[in-house]
Amino acid sequence: MNVHAIRAIYMFEMARTWRTVVQSILAPVISTSLYFVVFGSAIGSRMAEVDGVKYAAFIIPGLTMLSLLTESISNASFGIYMPRFSGTIYEVLSAPISFVEILLGYVGAAASKSVILGTIILLTARAFVPYEIAHPVWMVAFLVLTAVTFSLFGFIIGIWADGFEKLQLVPTLVVTPLTFLGGSFYSIRMLPPAWQKITLFNPVVYLISGFRWSFYDASDVSVGTSFAMTLVFLALCLAVIGWIFKTGYRFKA
Amino acid sequence: MPSATEPIISVKDLTKTYASGFHALKKVDLEIRRGEIFALLGPNGAGKTTLISIICGIVNPTRGTVRADGHDIVTDFRLARAKIGLVPQELSTDMFETVWSTVSFSRGLFGKPKNNAHVEKVLRELSLWEKKDSKILTLSGGMKRRVLIAKALSHEPQILFLDEPTAGVDVELRRDMWAMVRSLRATGVTIILTTHYIEEAEQMADRIGVINKGEIILVEEKAALMEKLGKKQLILKLQRPLEKIPEALAQFALELSKDGLQLVSTFHAEREQSKIASVLRALAELGIEFKDLQTRESSLEEIFVDLVRARA
Repeated sequence: MNVHAIRAIYMFEMARTWRTVVQSILAPVISTSLYFVVFGSAIGSRMAEVDGVKYAAFIIPGLTMLSLLTESISNASFGIYMPRFSGTIYEVLSAPISFVEILLGYVGAAASKSVILGTIILLTARAFVPYEIAHPVWMVAFLVLTAVTFSLFGFIIGIWADGFEKLQLVPTLVVTPLTFLGGSFYSIRMLPPAWQKITLFNPVVYLISGFRWSFYDASDVSVGTSFAMTLVFLALCLAVIGWIFKTGYRFKA
Repeated sequence: MPSATEPIISVKDLTKTYASGFHALKKVDLEIRRGEIFALLGPNGAGKTTLISIICGIVNPTRGTVRADGHDIVTDFRLARAKIGLVPQELSTDMFETVWSTVSFSRGLFGKPKNNAHVEKVLRELSLWEKKDSKILTLSGGMKRRVLIAKALSHEPQILFLDEPTAGVDVELRRDMWAMVRSLRATGVTIILTTHYIEEAEQMADRIGVINKGEIILVEEKAALMEKLGKKQLILKLQRPLEKIPEALAQFALELSKDGLQLVSTFHAEREQSKIASVLRALAELGIEFKDLQTRESSLEEIFVDLVRARA
């Protein structure tokens, strides 16, 4: 394994984050904090508890997941799209490095950034809302697994995109609506019965539910199902990436 | 361990057909000798960049094999690619990175441990040391080209591909580049360059390869190529105009200018070495005097154009 190459890609990507710390870290932390202030402290104080949890605390896992998903996709898609856009991908393709190692470098960096961001958001939330974590190991497991899975998804988008518009298309038009409708701000049990069934087709429901369970020991769907669905999505992303590397789709003629 | 006499690059039956159906390379066979400077010439779309891209691992071959220093580029890609450095045609760089970090990144990418002394040496040799902390964005086109060369040399390759290395650079920088290429060759690096500047190939190459429409149509020692295909012209400026070429001179296939004051004889430089003397003798016998005599040899560019036209 070409450890030096993985490290080079990883450090290069991480360096970009620190160089653009306002855009990469500060902006998502501030926008998520605003959600905590508005929906948690201001409106949340007038709302009833959900599943025995104060509303301000209830939304923390969902909002963290919202940032985690969007940033994982954004980091990974941008990370691989930029070398394609600027032409510097020639260097990666001509280096003595396997596709798996390329993936480890780019997705590893994107997932690391997202985990760091998720951790900062959780720490920031603590400044506004008191909360406890019932299953810290599972919380970390869901955080890391989701970051990795959606970084893989972002990597696929970064390969698929042939312009900056496409790069934004899936996160804006698919992921964000699915996250908002996936129970970030409510329990799906609050929906009418028909919508409760329909919403189960939304994969983000399982991520938020599992993550929330690790905090409050209460969930919309069983934690086993949540974990399994996350693994299914991870496997799906890996299968697509495997196909991309095998065929060279938009990567290697 | 490959022997010193074994070609450092061996291309066999290499074919590339893109998804669009375009046949970029057709059964290319090519061998590059260890330590030489090889110039690959060809018109736009001839297949030069595709050939380089396959050897470097950027493009997949459709059929055929390539070995770099004895290592197959597909089955043994790690060892093969570690030997190769590539300077691409386009100025593709990470604009917001500093010179130092982008060159260090390249070294790591090729599996080499950190070595600040080597990176410093490369930057100094390319006159980039003063710019090591500058963002690439702020550099001139020529400097960016040097950065690409520094990146390609960062992992100490044995084979260096230069794809149009001096495209768009000024004359002074071009001559600097030539000097740098020669000094690299002196250290044992094999250099393969593609160029549109025939002068560049003429100045630097040991051997020339000509590719056209995806086929290698010629590989020859530069000197031998010039000798074999080169033409010579004898230009005679006459004292008095001629109305027509005398019968006795018909065997020399001379051309007379419209004003009748210039005779031109075109002949093969190698095969017709005694032609000048024969023409001059015949003129003297006929009492035709001339006031000036010039000879010129065809350039590599003219040879190249003739070759490509002949195969068109």
